[in-house]
Amino acid sequence: MSSRDVILGRVRRALADVPDDDTPYEVAVQRGYRRAHGERSIGETVDLLAENLADYRALVHRTDAARLPGLLARLLAGRGARSVLVPPGLPADWLAGELPTRVADDAELTPHQLDRVDSVITGCAVAIAETGTIVLDAGPDQGRRRITLVPDHHICVVRVPGQVVSSVPEALGRLDPARPLTWISGPSATSDIELDRVEGVHGPRTLEVVLTSED
Amino acid sequence: MSGTFIGMPAFSPPTLPAFSPPTLPAFPTAAKEAVRNPTLRRNLRYATHTIRAKRAAAVSELDDWAALREAGRQIKDHTLRHLDRYLLQLEESVTAAGGVVHWAADADEANRIVTGLVKATGESEVVKVKSMATQEIGLNEALAAEGIHAYETDLAELIVQLGRDRPSHILVPAIHRNRGEIRDIFTHEMSEWGRPAPEGLSDTPAELAEAARLHLREKFLRAKVGISGANFMVAETGTLAVFESEGNGRMCLTLPETLISVVGIEKLVPTWRDLEVFLQTLPRSSTAERMNPYTSMWTGTTDDDGPRTFHLVLLDNGRTDTLADRVGRQALRCIRCSACLNVCPVYERAGGHAYGSVYPGPIGAILSPQLRGTASDIDASLPYASSLCGACYEVCPVAIDIPEVLVHLRERVVEGGPAVRQGAKVTLRPARGHAAERAAMRAARWTFRHPGALRAGQRLASGTRRLVPRTLPGPGRAWSATRDLPKLPPEPFREWWRRTHRPGGQAPADRQEDQR
Repeated sequence: MSSRDVILGRVRRALADVPDDDTPYEVAVQRGYRRAHGERSIGETVDLLAENLADYRALVHRTDAARLPGLLARLLAGRGARSVLVPPGLPADWLAGELPTRVADDAELTPHQLDRVDSVITGCAVAIAETGTIVLDAGPDQGRRRITLVPDHHICVVRVPGQVVSSVPEALGRLDPARPLTWISGPSATSDIELDRVEGVHGPRTLEVVLTSED
Repeated sequence: MSGTFIGMPAFSPPTLPAFSPPTLPAFPTAAKEAVRNPTLRRNLRYATHTIRAKRAAAVSELDDWAALREAGRQIKDHTLRHLDRYLLQLEESVTAAGGVVHWAADADEANRIVTGLVKATGESEVVKVKSMATQEIGLNEALAAEGIHAYETDLAELIVQLGRDRPSHILVPAIHRNRGEIRDIFTHEMSEWGRPAPEGLSDTPAELAEAARLHLREKFLRAKVGISGANFMVAETGTLAVFESEGNGRMCLTLPETLISVVGIEKLVPTWRDLEVFLQTLPRSSTAERMNPYTSMWTGTTDDDGPRTFHLVLLDNGRTDTLADRVGRQALRCIRCSACLNVCPVYERAGGHAYGSVYPGPIGAILSPQLRGTASDIDASLPYASSLCGACYEVCPVAIDIPEVLVHLRERVVEGGPAVRQGAKVTLRPARGHAAERAAMRAARWTFRHPGALRAGQRLASGTRRLVPRTLPGPGRAWSATRDLPKLPPEPFREWWRRTHRPGGQAPADRQEDQR
């Protein structure tokens, strides 16, 4: 007998005492919790996102489409970045400013080569105001998961208010589980030393989130 | 193993002392040692009190916490109720997404599967994301026995591994170490495992984190095999999720070519939507944050992004035995947040090592004796490692009634009775150590059934009360060492009642005298 059969058999015997229950799953669990917490206007939701991002030590910038390229160029220059990773689907007009050497998100890049890149710019799939979270789904403007991990400086552009939701339940509804997802809430951190939070371990130690208004 | 290239330890890393129940002392013995260590107590007190206050604040931000907790409980209960069905659904969806599913009935089988998979890649080292399941089965030791080096990459796990130590907390395995101790471990041990600690390393947490970043980066960048657990598996989609903070998880989950995840069968939830509950309750209960810095979710493999090969090893190792216990099965709802450890007055004083398991604290006290059985001294003593104050139940985000299960397991230890071990029905014998307790209870039962004997006994006790010792002799000594024996009254209540309320008895006026 395979271990699969052994385990499934054990499960069935273990549950022999439980009465049959064919309630469909949709009604089997009472979901008395809220879809979102509190009443907010769209503007207030974006403000809350900015506040919560900053609370977990992300650097937050607010801008609009016209000023975005200049801001990105300034942020990179401010870091002294000599190279920047750019996913293939990043809108070309975001990159109209004076930028350091661009590195393409190439499957052939080795992790060691990736480690020598200073910064990365991406878009995102959705941003969650209540938790200060941005979610990447490896879409064309975000690239492979590793490019937002190995370089030490990540700039993430969020289109507001279109990409912003209030809550975690609202975010899940917008995401496709078949895609690889990375939920990011502030820069890499640890609480492993005396349970105090320290920012900056293996992921990017600097996370800059640019909220760019769509109108 | 000879030193073939830079970063490889020149000799096999020392095997860490594993949690081997038959050799471990019972909880009271181990706890006594821990309580006498003032540094340990200071470290634990500081850490648990810090996180307690933060958790309360993070939870109070959500006014629907009770509803989230109830939904979490129901989701897990429903999944366990139909576990066979959801496991099959998960297998199908993971396979359809390009993953390979393996089933492991016990620790040995899981270790054999993983070791075989690593060997098939031709690699001799792996990077690991912190995982309770792989600690539980002693995977690192099993890999080392086959010449494969497993590098722990979570900061606290690294501290434990470098310090040849054992984990003492679910979330923060090195919670028993303060910053000075961590600095010393890094300074002395890092060079043996790879890149040495920077010269003149201080004990500020930021510098210590930086030292870990530098030390581990070379390992991440060259790693070909990653090993992880998972916080959740979604049956409907085949998605796995790992919640973490440092980015070491992302490194292990995305840079290697092969990913092997070892996950307990109870980590399942039915649907994608179910994550909306646990994405809210786990971070706030665990690190006391609105959200942990990184959560990775992956479904099988993705072309040109992340590992090309994904293996999922589904682990039983006592979980189905636990599922067979009507009262105890609720322990399988656990999402390993560790909130119960942080509020527990016993854990705060005794520390994690005394529990003799990778699962310490209140949840460990009900999980270890169920996963491993109650045959060893340590496992038979764990249900008693509690004052039953109930703080653990109150903070539990999936409402596990830990005190209820503790009392249930105490009964099992003392009385024995039917249980399931490795899938087979067995009848447990009453534990040896509780013979005196059983004898006392039997005597009490008999006495209460025989009013004459009770009356005579009470009279005798009152009459000789000056001779009664303050502590109990023999096996009762341990019990009375930390408790005051009740004072015997000069006269049993029933005697007093008859004397004062019987027609013609004395008037109640002299009651006060009786109190003397």
